[in-house]
Amino acid sequence: MSNPAIAAKPRVALFITCLGDQFFPQVGECVVKILRRLGVEVTFDPRQTCCGQPAFNTGYRQEAREVATRVLDLFEGADYVVAPSGSCTSMMRVYYPELFHGEAEKLAKVERLRTRLFEFSEFLVKVLKVEDLGASFPHRVAYHDSCHLLRELQIEEEPRRLLRAVRDVELVEPQDNQLCCGFGGTFSVKFPEVSVAMGEDKLRAAAAAGAEYLVANDSGCLMHLAGLIHRQGLPLKTLHLAEVLASQG
Amino acid sequence: MSEHGVDSNQIRELGRQALGDAHLQEAYRSSTLRLYTHRLAAVSEVPGFERLRERARELKREVMDHLDFYLAQFAENVERRGGIVHWAESAEEARSIVGEIARRAGASEVVKAKTMVSEEIELNPALEKAGIRPFETDLGEFILQLSGERPAHIVAPAIHMTRHDVSDLFVHNLHSQPTEVPEQLTAIARRALREKFASAGMGLSGANFAVAETGTVVVIENEGNIRFCTTAPRVHVALIGIEKLIPRLADLAVFLRLLGRSGTGQKLTVYTSLLTGPRRPGEDGPEEMHVVLIDNGRIATLADEKMREALYCIRCGACLNTCPVYRKIGGHAYGWVYSGPIGALVTPQLTGIQNARELPFASSLCGACRDVCPVKINIPDLLLHLRSEAQERAPAPTPSGAALGERTTIRLWAWAMKRPWAYSLGSRLARWGQRLLARGGWIRKIPMYPASGWTDGRDLPALARKTFRERWTEIEKQ
Repeated sequence: MSNPAIAAKPRVALFITCLGDQFFPQVGECVVKILRRLGVEVTFDPRQTCCGQPAFNTGYRQEAREVATRVLDLFEGADYVVAPSGSCTSMMRVYYPELFHGEAEKLAKVERLRTRLFEFSEFLVKVLKVEDLGASFPHRVAYHDSCHLLRELQIEEEPRRLLRAVRDVELVEPQDNQLCCGFGGTFSVKFPEVSVAMGEDKLRAAAAAGAEYLVANDSGCLMHLAGLIHRQGLPLKTLHLAEVLASQG
Repeated sequence: MSEHGVDSNQIRELGRQALGDAHLQEAYRSSTLRLYTHRLAAVSEVPGFERLRERARELKREVMDHLDFYLAQFAENVERRGGIVHWAESAEEARSIVGEIARRAGASEVVKAKTMVSEEIELNPALEKAGIRPFETDLGEFILQLSGERPAHIVAPAIHMTRHDVSDLFVHNLHSQPTEVPEQLTAIARRALREKFASAGMGLSGANFAVAETGTVVVIENEGNIRFCTTAPRVHVALIGIEKLIPRLADLAVFLRLLGRSGTGQKLTVYTSLLTGPRRPGEDGPEEMHVVLIDNGRIATLADEKMREALYCIRCGACLNTCPVYRKIGGHAYGWVYSGPIGALVTPQLTGIQNARELPFASSLCGACRDVCPVKINIPDLLLHLRSEAQERAPAPTPSGAALGERTTIRLWAWAMKRPWAYSLGSRLARWGQRLLARGGWIRKIPMYPASGWTDGRDLPALARKTFRERWTEIEKQ
């Protein structure tokens, strides 16, 4: 299954993300399982916490810089850094350069991080060059493009390719599939009425397409959508892509 | 209304009201979807549309980087063609310039084309106060003048109204027969307006573009009313925000291909008028042509290296039609003249961050707006910049139900995030605390902000019994 072109055993430092650590540890376990099966050595530095995005997106740049500086130092030595989140990856790849604007030494570290940093599905398809992970998932699945993954990182095809290779899965594309789900970080609590209304549209479209599962690569979207589904008692389930890819049917 | 009639800090409450109005929701849903779909179809027909967007962006950047030069060139060329140039630093100055031109022209009635900058400077009430009657001649603006509302959209000002609403309004104000046939509604407005084009002593327009090279004012439209306003009355006044400049006439080819397609999905609008000076001997047109170049906060935006990009905007409205937040809360929730993603950038700039500090936060930062912007303004990036400006210069009051102010909360959070032991301790305390709240892995209600904002509309998954880091020693051994 692993790509023979990558001869030496690649070493991946896992950036679990704070939401992943606290709410969805099983997603991290699936990521580790999948990467190990592909011959990757996975390390986890327990000193890691958050990428700083909540502070950055709420306009508190100084606090965001303080938290982000730690991330730069923690991952200096790793071959690759992989995060199961489009949003955290885009924070580090796209917004760290802006956050550390004018700080040459930090920017050099940011550059070193950026060349080795990958979102999980991107790492599988672009670096390890695998699509078929031998998974089986006999369900009807709608893939939800999380906005940062899609529009900040332009990762659109990779997760779909991985899903298409899963045995017995039926992939459906709901209407307006690339519309935001309404999570938006602190937006979800600052403008809860709008956030919820946007989420409801998303769920309605997924149900209309006959999806049993909504699959995404971002814990934030999944938390928001799962919370809505649970509150409203809808016949839909959510999963992280890694959970589907680790599934054996 | 709050200071200067800017209600932008009420966006959450105004948005909530809009969400509760099913009729309004349907009006916004169907209209934005139509404009959005038409744009998609029109854009897909143009090979190299991406290249056009980049070219337009380069041109706008060129103008903004040398605005002093292009403004001087434009003014010189307007005067060379016999036009009269006025400079207005503020809304007040612009209003008094227009009033003075009307007074000198002896105009007691003014026919108006749709112009957002006239809404921005709140021209109509000022004209009325001076005894001059403004008549809005764009169908959407005509409707709004009757209903006494602000534009709900940059391009389609009455987007929030259905045919039924318009029929009711006409019956009530113009004593017409009720009808929901668009052509009949248009005919009613046309009858009310037609004679005004002939009798009004002055016509007023905005500008979509102002060509520096030739001193030409370019206006585009579908109804023909702008052509009337700018040619039939004896005096024509064009109100022009100084960001409307483009360098050369040839550049118009780039912008016209983008504007119609991005705005309404049209290759070109029905009319494109290029107005260069007043009429020359043997021609039709106004005897006098005035251009009023309006700053009203734009120079300050220009001086802000980051926000300067917002001045590239050509007011196509595509970002509104594509924005999932605008589609839900509508234009009036933004509390001023400009709405949607671009309104969230422009309003704090033009009215002061303290008057619109909530706008940059009213976005999920999904970036759909950036994807459709014909001049590729990095809207999410600018919103993020404004968020930090808002926190620096106009911090929000502590939200109700919050134990601590937001900045204090974030400082505490950052303090813990820098200390893995504090992070882990906080996590353990939270898990201990949630035993009282969680049922079957879910939390239904947390009374304290910000968590209350979450649980008002959805459930919160309980924190995992064991975090990933706590499981790691085991995972590592496997």
